[in-house]
Amino acid sequence: MFKARKLEVMKRTGFKIAILAIVASTVPSWAGGVDGAGVRNCTWCHGASGQGYMAAPRLAGQRPQYIESQLRSFRAHTRDNPFSKQYMWGAVAALSPNAAHDLAIYFATITPKAANDGDRDLATRGRAIYLEGIPEANIAACYACHGPDAEGVRDIPRLGGLAYFYLKGRLEQWGQGYHSGAESPMPMVASHLGPDEIKALASYLSFVK
Amino acid sequence: MKAIGLRLVLRTVVLIVIVSAAVHAAERGMPAGKGLEAKLEYCKTCHGLQGQGYLGYFPMPRLAGQQPDYIEAQLRAFIERRRTNPIMFNVAHVLSPSMLTDLATHFSNLNPKPFGGAPRGSLAEGKKIFDEGLPDANVPACSACHGMEGKGQNEIPRLAGQLYPYIVGQLTGWKKERGQGSAVDTSAIMAPTAHNLTRSQIEAVAAYVSYLQ
Repeated sequence: MFKARKLEVMKRTGFKIAILAIVASTVPSWAGGVDGAGVRNCTWCHGASGQGYMAAPRLAGQRPQYIESQLRSFRAHTRDNPFSKQYMWGAVAALSPNAAHDLAIYFATITPKAANDGDRDLATRGRAIYLEGIPEANIAACYACHGPDAEGVRDIPRLGGLAYFYLKGRLEQWGQGYHSGAESPMPMVASHLGPDEIKALASYLSFVK
Repeated sequence: MKAIGLRLVLRTVVLIVIVSAAVHAAERGMPAGKGLEAKLEYCKTCHGLQGQGYLGYFPMPRLAGQQPDYIEAQLRAFIERRRTNPIMFNVAHVLSPSMLTDLATHFSNLNPKPFGGAPRGSLAEGKKIFDEGLPDANVPACSACHGMEGKGQNEIPRLAGQLYPYIVGQLTGWKKERGQGSAVDTSAIMAPTAHNLTRSQIEAVAAYVSYLQ
């Protein structure tokens, strides 16, 4: 008889402990700012250490001002390429500017890993286009804004080591008329690129550390 | 029979020549309108949509309101490698001489607000150097050549509204970029002045002119 009562008590206690545990695990998210839950909301899609996964680009090692400006553009709905619209607009709808700032710095400080998934045969041509542009076709040298090693500066993004398919997709999207953040010159810059040039650039950049 | 045949041939030849010239012209991007527009858009991808300048990894200077003679002279300097800049050499050496003039004229007519962003701590000092120079350091007043409002004249560039980091970079590294090669280059006139200014004086005067409208 005692055994049965013990079991009853244990069941009720166990239930209460379970409830307590579930509630307690959400406590970090009440704290605001960068916390386990906040980062996890990003790494679901952007990869365990922010290195990128499938269509979601690497955030690790990205310029923090760039991450912040993109988060702003998702909230303002100015960046409108399909995946951004489908996923990012919702993902950041409730993200405060302070939290965005902290998350941006968090990911910026993670050491990035190069995707290395481009076409090696096209990388040399991609490098030439990156450094010199194609003046006859009115294509600007990416180097002028993105730097000698595609590392970016201020709110101009690091391109080095981003995934081939991500870079290719973005370059194509500007040619298709999708928009970036408000001040970005990229739609104008990229709209002159042909498909071979895009593949070459994306390949080269995917290998840059 | 022969005479008629010859006239026909002649007319046909003339027609062919005219048509092929027109086709050729279209291939080369003339009439100048179409080619110039595309080239202007190209310049503006780096120098700002209104030619106000842009801060990339490198500062891309303001072209708006610049003296057309100065722009042309610089483009020629890039092409002839008297002014060292691989990016500008690349974009400039494909330009025809008439394109140089057209581009320079177009930009000289633009007038957006200054880019801004320079530190404001030494504006008074900058103004003093600009207006009066530094006689003890053998630095002439900038205004003597560049004008009291910094608008320049002929080949002397406008400084008003120019990007702060660009001016600082130019004055601190004048001889590294300009006056290269053996050809005579008018940039030599600025070399002693740039050399005689200290870094903080350069920053002061650069900030001052960057806010001039």
